Amino acid sequence: MDEIGAGFVRAMELILTLDPAVVEITVRSLLIAVASTAIATTIAVPAGGLLHFHNFWGKRAIINIIQTLYSLPTVTVGLLVFLLLSRSGPLGGFGLLFTPGGMVVGQTILIVPIMTGLTIAALSGITDQVRDSAISLGASKRQAIFTIMVEARAAMMAAVLLGFGRALSEVGVAMMIGGNIQGYTRVLTTAIALETSRGDIEFSMALGIILVSISLIVNLLVNRVQGRWWT
Amino acid sequence: MIEARGVRAIRGGREVLKGVSLEAKAGEALAIIGPTGSGKTTLLRILNLLDPLQGGKLLFDGADVSAGERARFLARRRMAMVFQKPSLFNTTVEKNVSYGLRVRGVSGTEIAGKVAGALREVGLAGYENRRPSSLSGGEAQRVALARALVTEPDLLLLDEATANLDPRTAEAIEDLISRVRDGGITVVMATHDLDQARELADRVAVLMGGEVAGMGTVEEIFDRPGSEEVARFVRRRQRPLHG
Repeated sequence: MDEIGAGFVRAMELILTLDPAVVEITVRSLLIAVASTAIATTIAVPAGGLLHFHNFWGKRAIINIIQTLYSLPTVTVGLLVFLLLSRSGPLGGFGLLFTPGGMVVGQTILIVPIMTGLTIAALSGITDQVRDSAISLGASKRQAIFTIMVEARAAMMAAVLLGFGRALSEVGVAMMIGGNIQGYTRVLTTAIALETSRGDIEFSMALGIILVSISLIVNLLVNRVQGRWWT
Repeated sequence: MIEARGVRAIRGGREVLKGVSLEAKAGEALAIIGPTGSGKTTLLRILNLLDPLQGGKLLFDGADVSAGERARFLARRRMAMVFQKPSLFNTTVEKNVSYGLRVRGVSGTEIAGKVAGALREVGLAGYENRRPSSLSGGEAQRVALARALVTEPDLLLLDEATANLDPRTAEAIEDLISRVRDGGITVVMATHDLDQARELADRVAVLMGGEVAGMGTVEEIFDRPGSEEVARFVRRRQRPLHG
């Protein structure tokens, strides 16, 4: 118990004194997660909109597949992306394996399904009355779709934040695609796994506290946007 | 202004409108009355070109707007509809009222003046920055009316616009509708309130079981109904109101 207490105090010291190694890993984690989320948003929001606003054969099956992919184990995505990016894989020529860029690709693949699904759910939450009002007030189809998306902004923002949270906290892709290379691809989750196995509990705890704090902030933001955004 | 010729509508496998023919002439107020489930809302939505029809024709200013997306869109831009529930957008009153102008590409400076005028017209001057959640039911419905009127429609469609309001607020909305009618805008209103129809309409259409059971001036429908069916409906509905 004392060890945990002492570890916690030392971890807080590392955070409060802005230990260079802690800061570097945290900043890298945030940058990679932000990049993945930004790319995933440009894929998931239009894809979610397309699936919600258009009816076509097989639509329900696609939504079912997307929902199944929510809980895709991160190591499975890691394995898939590893095979794609490895030298003999179809994307091997890009040289992305064991690079931050490769981690961005992997995390994007990981979070696109959940962000697409949540975008569909966000748009489904807007009543037909909003569409009717927009159309009856003279909006074109495109303008009405834009209005519905604006009305769903809070839930869509929550989808983006949840995608960011999943990207930041996953370990499988980061480990398998990034390789946990010090000063290059080491991020919060992979560093915690490594330092714990090496016995540097204080450093692990410092990173763990940061990770939990960021997750907490993201969750608070999700609650904020779902409750009283822009009021 | 707008004419339905033998309009048929099928919703959920049921024939809701069975060949409805009626016309609202330019500048007149037409009330559509009838029991619940008679197809009033379906008809109004078809007149607003929100829903497709399964048979018949719809003429707007003499042009067929039954099909053809472009023709329907252009006709829709000359009309506006107020629904039973105001269903305002989750933004400020100003943004709600200016919506129809913004989608038409009206300039910002022009919008400000028109919005202020429309809000004054409905008695909500100074409400620009309020949000729908802070409005009473009556205020929200007045914003919905301002939102429709600001586009200066040739045809205003009202679907039970006072149904969910207390009598005093409903009366205030009726005064507004009466001013709109006097301003020369064609009004088509679906209502279950026969006193309202008598008060505001020039002519009345009685819809029963998806068919027009009677059509005529207010006096013809209420004082000299042409059929026993219409007479029964009009008398039964008026009894609680007058006695």
